[in-house]
Amino acid sequence: MRGNQFSKSSASGFVHPLSSEITPQMAYTQRRNWLKHMAAGVAGVTMAAWAAREALAQTGAEAVVRTGKLTSLTGAVSRVSGANTMEKITTYVDASNYNNFYEFGTDKSDPAKYAHTLHTKPWSVEIEGAVKKPGRMDLEDLLKLSPMEERIYRLRCVEGWSMVIPWVGYSLAELIKRVEPLGNAKYVEFITQADPKTMPGVRSRVLDWPYVEGLRMDEAMHPLTLLSFGMYGEVLPNQNGAPVRLVVPWKYGFKSAKSLVKIRFVEKQPINSWGRSAPQEYGFYSNVNPNVDHPRWSQASERRIGEDGLFAKKRKTLMFNGYEAQVGQLYAGMDLKKLY
Amino acid sequence: MLDASSSLRSALSHRWTKSSLYLVGLMPFAWLFWGAANNALGANPAEYLIRATGDWTLRFLCLTLAVTPLRVTLGLPELLKHRRMFGRFTYFYVVLHLLCYSWLDMGFEWADIARDIAKRPFILMGFSAFVLLTPLAATSFNRAVRWLGAKRWQRLHRAVYIVAVLAVLHFFWMRAGKNNFAEVFVYASIMFVLLAWRFFRSSLWGYFLRVSGFTR
Repeated sequence: MRGNQFSKSSASGFVHPLSSEITPQMAYTQRRNWLKHMAAGVAGVTMAAWAAREALAQTGAEAVVRTGKLTSLTGAVSRVSGANTMEKITTYVDASNYNNFYEFGTDKSDPAKYAHTLHTKPWSVEIEGAVKKPGRMDLEDLLKLSPMEERIYRLRCVEGWSMVIPWVGYSLAELIKRVEPLGNAKYVEFITQADPKTMPGVRSRVLDWPYVEGLRMDEAMHPLTLLSFGMYGEVLPNQNGAPVRLVVPWKYGFKSAKSLVKIRFVEKQPINSWGRSAPQEYGFYSNVNPNVDHPRWSQASERRIGEDGLFAKKRKTLMFNGYEAQVGQLYAGMDLKKLY
Repeated sequence: MLDASSSLRSALSHRWTKSSLYLVGLMPFAWLFWGAANNALGANPAEYLIRATGDWTLRFLCLTLAVTPLRVTLGLPELLKHRRMFGRFTYFYVVLHLLCYSWLDMGFEWADIARDIAKRPFILMGFSAFVLLTPLAATSFNRAVRWLGAKRWQRLHRAVYIVAVLAVLHFFWMRAGKNNFAEVFVYASIMFVLLAWRFFRSSLWGYFLRVSGFTR
């Protein structure tokens, strides 16, 4: 566990060292190998040329791998338990070209093709409902609200594939504490951008727009629940939910709402978009659970994108996507077969 | 018009036509094979292969079923010469589709596959379509027609209409999970037109008209 290296905290006056100094050797060796892989031709020619350069530059032990295309956004290694899996990181090419973001089309290559039209500046997030301090928060203020952390999470899609992604952001709890929820705030509802002018998919009726997701208050307050602004050391590319999104690593990917515009604190359990469209297939909780099958496919195993070979057996899916130690107690006593 | 039609007819019976069409039919397979070997099928090659082989099965099924309506309405009897090849390509791609599913998705875990077929309606539809197509593929040569007799052979091969319905249901049910019906609608419309054309020409339609008093 990387977090164990740190005894001091920023609260006790500890100044964060350069991120390069705190990245464990294994992590950056791994990343450099990844770069070399890319240079060897896994990625496109331009990417490979960049990767080769970057791999050379990495001899000076830089912490975060960047594409160089987007604004840099780095974070210190997170000290939250479970926030730094040592698994092999999915390539940036895969993570930014294989996306479900129906606002830009139903094909997984659509978001990368069409999301360039999304305007992320200016951007603000409306905080409303049962809180002491509602109001509009500009992206600039959100970025400054709490120190950025890098968190390497597994991402498990309900469709049976997974990735490992280095996100940049901070615990959603930091924001929630700041706006001071009232006693009747039992759930948090996340409303995302739905602009038919810049999001071609919103013109189709695949789902009711805007896309809405929700969490129970204790889930939203869990330190692993991330408000993310970046990945791979840069701001989020549009197709991954720029400029600000949710990442809930122990739930199926669709729970992690992208391009947030509103966060609402409510008393009743919100109805999330997929739950509304097919309640018998998508539950409110949607915790990763190998024992509860989706009616259309089994959830017992998954294919790790870019790593598990074409003919390799799929890997076993872990309870709560491998975060059971951290989040299992949130669901103690609940029948997860019924409340899926 | 007459010239265009007669040159199309002679093109259809040109001696190179069959082998050219054969090569064209193999091109999707060649592309998928090359793509899989060169890691050019995107982030999830297994999913790409399963979907692409399914798409090509549907396309060849549409082509096969389009032969008779096109032959009759456009007056192109030569089209019939190529129908068997389209049918065989349909079977070729459905075998690849099933192989990709059982290998890449299920890792040849036969118990899991059996459970999947029993549990999931869309898999059941697809699997039934495959099972029904098998005797048709097995009797797609001249001697089989002679063995069975033309009448019985034809009756057997009418099972392809059921296959068409099952294939569309399979696709529909698969996409229903994500409410994504645009492509399903395209294939369903094509199949509907091709099957409806047959229905209106058949004795069933005449029978319906007679009993309902529209014609005598």
